[in-house]
Amino acid sequence: MVFKQKHILGLKELTAEEINLILDTAESMKEVSQRDVKKVPALRGVTVVNLFFEPSTRTRSSFEIAEKRLSADVLNFTPTQSSVVKGETLLDTARNLEAMGATVIVIRHAMSGAPWLLARELDSSIVNAGDGSHEHPSQALLDLFTVREVKKEIQGLKVVIVGDILHSRVARSNIWGFIKLGAEVRLVGPPTMMPQDVEKMDVKVYYSLEQALKGADVVIMLRIQMERQGSGLFPSLREYSRFYGLTRERLRLAKEDVMLMHPGPINRGVELSSEVADDVHSVILDQVTNGISVRMAMLYLVATGGGNA
Amino acid sequence: MRVLIKGGRVIDPSQEIDQTANILIEDGKVKSFPKDIKKLEKESDIQVIDARGNIVAPGLIDLHVHLREPGFEHKETIRTGCEAAAAGGFTSVVCMPNTNPVNDNASVTEYILLKARTEGIVNVFPVGAITKGEKGEILAEIGEMWEAGCVGISDDGWPVMNSKLMRHAMEYVKAYGIPVISHAEDLNLSAHGVMNEGFTSTILGLRGIPNASEEVMVSRDITLAELTGAHLHIAHVSTAGAVRLIRDAKKRGVNVTAEATPHHFSLTDKVVLSYDTNAKVNPPIRGEKDVEAIKEGLKDGTIDVIATDHAPHSEDEKKVEFDLAPFGISGLETGLPLSLQLVKDGVLTLPELVKKLTVNPAKIIGIDRGTLKTGAIADVVIFDPDKSVKVDREKFRSKGKNTPFHGWELSGCVLHTIVGGKVVFSG
Repeated sequence: MVFKQKHILGLKELTAEEINLILDTAESMKEVSQRDVKKVPALRGVTVVNLFFEPSTRTRSSFEIAEKRLSADVLNFTPTQSSVVKGETLLDTARNLEAMGATVIVIRHAMSGAPWLLARELDSSIVNAGDGSHEHPSQALLDLFTVREVKKEIQGLKVVIVGDILHSRVARSNIWGFIKLGAEVRLVGPPTMMPQDVEKMDVKVYYSLEQALKGADVVIMLRIQMERQGSGLFPSLREYSRFYGLTRERLRLAKEDVMLMHPGPINRGVELSSEVADDVHSVILDQVTNGISVRMAMLYLVATGGGNA
Repeated sequence: MRVLIKGGRVIDPSQEIDQTANILIEDGKVKSFPKDIKKLEKESDIQVIDARGNIVAPGLIDLHVHLREPGFEHKETIRTGCEAAAAGGFTSVVCMPNTNPVNDNASVTEYILLKARTEGIVNVFPVGAITKGEKGEILAEIGEMWEAGCVGISDDGWPVMNSKLMRHAMEYVKAYGIPVISHAEDLNLSAHGVMNEGFTSTILGLRGIPNASEEVMVSRDITLAELTGAHLHIAHVSTAGAVRLIRDAKKRGVNVTAEATPHHFSLTDKVVLSYDTNAKVNPPIRGEKDVEAIKEGLKDGTIDVIATDHAPHSEDEKKVEFDLAPFGISGLETGLPLSLQLVKDGVLTLPELVKKLTVNPAKIIGIDRGTLKTGAIADVVIFDPDKSVKVDREKFRSKGKNTPFHGWELSGCVLHTIVGGKVVFSG
């Protein structure tokens, strides 16, 4: 199968077949990552720009390693050191980078839809590395990859996503991904953090963590952003943690072999109790490791179509 | 100079006329509806326009446009805005005060009117600000602006959030008999939203503006209109709830009128799905139920007027992240064809539609236009309602090419626009 998408802007735009192709390709990439010489020439001569308008250690490093393992030429663009502070528009910045020979642009931006603007106006392939509250496709793909690795099959799993769904790009991408691969998705969080009409995404909405956890195969905890305090969405971190924080006790309501995931970084004692955080640390590190393979697959497929895989 | 418009279907709702007739214009005024024109046609000093098979109506009046001058001439000028109006069949435009400086005192009003007289090819009627700088803090000098020629007051673009101040504005303006035009929006509920709140905003991860943001303020302003007896005009109605509130208020006899824009009855918020900033507008494009409710409101008379809310912006300003793009759609040159779709869909008859674009807006701001009565100033539009036209924003006279309708096939083509007896546009 050839990957026909020029860009990866979100999981909403991908079919189940395309998602599976990315995951299958990521498996081959994982094999590369386990070699002594962790490098293949797949993207030799391709210039990839990491255009990160938001601070990110994990995602940016992961993309950079992925690019280097594929032998791409990598340029990291950090807006604080650039013309953006002089008032250059996003489009002009990106056009300049394209003029320097970039053919793949990996963009992280605080505003939803920013990658769409580049996709519409530029010739390069655009890979969304997280935009506003919209999508974070590479995170969802690595979550899917990690779950598939452990559970063998996504179909039929009960997946619970806990927290601030309203502002979460991780949640949106995961919802599309898990639903498309046949899982049942349950969302849980305070009603103020549930986006309008989200049920229409074919998910079930819960306001009680206990109810949502019953029989769960996978639990994805979202990071609660400290700056949301005082926004009127919830009274205090203390109360949030009491009702929506994950403890060992609550986790017992899920299936015995439940997988607990977190996109990181964790707020210990808020969305995860400290003991649970320690329990799950290994899975979180698996996610991080798998992230490289998944991003290699994404870059490889948008840059080459994967025809000679 | 005389103009003879012969053989058109004349629709003038101000006189309840809908018949084939000839119109003779002399000295800039409607002279007569001559039956026998054989002799007239041959006279040398007469311009004959053959309107057979076409509609002849009073020149259209757009109750809600942004001409951007002074201050934002890169978006639009009074000259280009008037040219766009003429191309769209509008012979009068009512311009909002959110210029720079804001039209919040008589000197700015006079400047706009001077520019309009020297450079504008259609009639320009300014609206003054309710509060100084549209800041919602203290009343602007409304009396002097009225004296200078303002036909209404509004802080359009911004609501007056302070209810007590809005009450005083409504009381104060009664001395001058002009309407208070409300941009109904509760800014706290809007919470810096950029599109309609609903399933589409959820998918896109964009901050939503709930319907309640508009409805809370429509409700407040109706209450204040009841308290004060002032004439309240609700601008750009976008939600089903707002239509219902206005309908109920009218039933109770409250002095309230309302307008809706073509984009609010032609599109749903799905148009934003590709993050198209040309569809970013305030109030936002709403859902299907709202569109149906607006059509129902137009049909039953709850909504008196169709106005474009023409809001031109430069290309550069719109080619940015969705959050950063300014609100607004360039509407003057698509207003009539989009409205004619209502006739095709059976929502309005052609005379009902013309009424909402001529005599109704004229009445709201109290101007002697929107009619073809003998002796009236000869503002006339001649259009072919059935001719198919493909919207091409590159051909807009307006500097604002920001339209979500680019490439749409619409019916309705303006053939001639006549202002004060002079042909200012021929298509």
